[in-house]
Amino acid sequence: MKELLILGAGTAGTIMANKLRRRLPAADWRIRVVDEAAEHFYQPGFLFLPFGIYTARDVVRPKRRFLPRGVEFLQAAVDRIEPDRRRVRLADGPELPYDLLVIATGTRPVPEQVEGMADGDWRRRVHEFYTFEGAQALSAALRDWRGGRLVVHVSEMPIKCPVAPLEFAFLADWWLSEQGLRDKTELVYVTPLSGAFTKPIASQVLSGLIERKRIHVVTDFAVARVDNERHALVSWDERDVPYDLLVTVPPNLGADLIERSGLGDEMNYVPTDRHTLRARGHENIFVIGDATDVPTSKAGSVAHFEAEVLTENVLAHVCGEPLPERFDGHANCFIESGFGKGFLLDFNYDLEPVPGRFPFPRLGPLALLGESRLNHWGKLAFKWIYWQVLLRGWPIPFVEHRMSLAGKQIPAGALKPEAVG
Amino acid sequence: MAQKNIAGQTVEVDAEGYLTRPEQWSRAIAEALAQELGLQLTEAHWKVIEFLQRDYRERGSVPGMRRLNKVGGFATKDLYALFPDGPIKKAALVAGLPKPASCV
Repeated sequence: MKELLILGAGTAGTIMANKLRRRLPAADWRIRVVDEAAEHFYQPGFLFLPFGIYTARDVVRPKRRFLPRGVEFLQAAVDRIEPDRRRVRLADGPELPYDLLVIATGTRPVPEQVEGMADGDWRRRVHEFYTFEGAQALSAALRDWRGGRLVVHVSEMPIKCPVAPLEFAFLADWWLSEQGLRDKTELVYVTPLSGAFTKPIASQVLSGLIERKRIHVVTDFAVARVDNERHALVSWDERDVPYDLLVTVPPNLGADLIERSGLGDEMNYVPTDRHTLRARGHENIFVIGDATDVPTSKAGSVAHFEAEVLTENVLAHVCGEPLPERFDGHANCFIESGFGKGFLLDFNYDLEPVPGRFPFPRLGPLALLGESRLNHWGKLAFKWIYWQVLLRGWPIPFVEHRMSLAGKQIPAGALKPEAVG
Repeated sequence: MAQKNIAGQTVEVDAEGYLTRPEQWSRAIAEALAQELGLQLTEAHWKVIEFLQRDYRERGSVPGMRRLNKVGGFATKDLYALFPDGPIKKAALVAGLPKPASCV
């Protein structure tokens, strides 16, 4: 009996468990999944919690419910991976041998990485919405909001779901208007990048949106500390951004166990072949989702597309064949823009987001890089697709892991030639 | 592609003044580029420059702040003291490397 071990039962790990159980013979392969937590969160829903669009019931389910029969779930903390011995050591002692390891340990916000961020103002005036507790606490803070300076802030890149902070600012603009608080609120967006949108074509198309929403943008802001006395963000070049309520995205790091195992880069992401998804230098280890260092967004849609590639590659690997599938960096995300509207982006390693129609050329029905009500409904409908289809490893009709160029309006020079590596 | 005369040599630079042909870099050029930025290079500056160059050779990209902290052993505060305002951008320019993806 061979052992396939999956570390992490988030989006990526759960999809892989479902897909591989259907494809690997149960007589030959045992599949085990290890995760510390019992609950699975629909993370895209965290954005909606603070505004009361979703409640806890929309975003929490037991992890076990999404793992198929024939997959063992171990709720345990992992101490470290020992690649040379092909074993995973659990925090409370036992060792799990593996023939093949899939690392799906994700990424997480670490507020302690910024001086003062996790101090006195934390969860009082300083909030985040990337954890269930954080989104709930922020929800309570917004209920008490009567006006002032609301600052939305990104500490550094990369972060999970990179457009979420901008979506938060857009939704805050809408929600404050509904509450009659918009004129009493100064809305500020602080980014370490040189603009709110960094991809040239998206920036061109979407410029104006932020001004229309009266969001003040502070760029090139490398945060040094949070001053809890004066309630201000302070940058390394000594600029101040005062806040009454700060909604920050703390630095994101990969799992500590990756660092303990000596398998990570400086941010605890596992160096991964961007096409095959094999861990660099480790024949029997594959990596998926936010845990990799591949240069695309850290997002559930990426994990979903990667899972299709990785399933075929794992099956080839166990038969000793060359890895057949290549991941192209495909990501696809709905962006809430407030007032019941949204955008849709579709991009990969070689093509930044461009305008067009999706998934069918000309017919759409969804607009790429254009604002529409249907895109907003698409985002809300996605919750059902996530729980019922995506997590269970079933394909989503008409949406392939290889990004399609059909239906996209591609300006000259925008499509990069296939990068090496 | 523009040309630039510096330290008695002609080098090729991009629109923002980053050298486009690393083989044209020399210590004398680095000193002159630093001077244009208002910097006088010290031993501490050179440690940063040499780390950037070594890391760039090994990995093909200019390291970000976390890598400079963790792998290079440089504190962010010190880097800002050495190369004010935009430490990685400035150090990469002096080191004859491309403009970094990093924001600072």
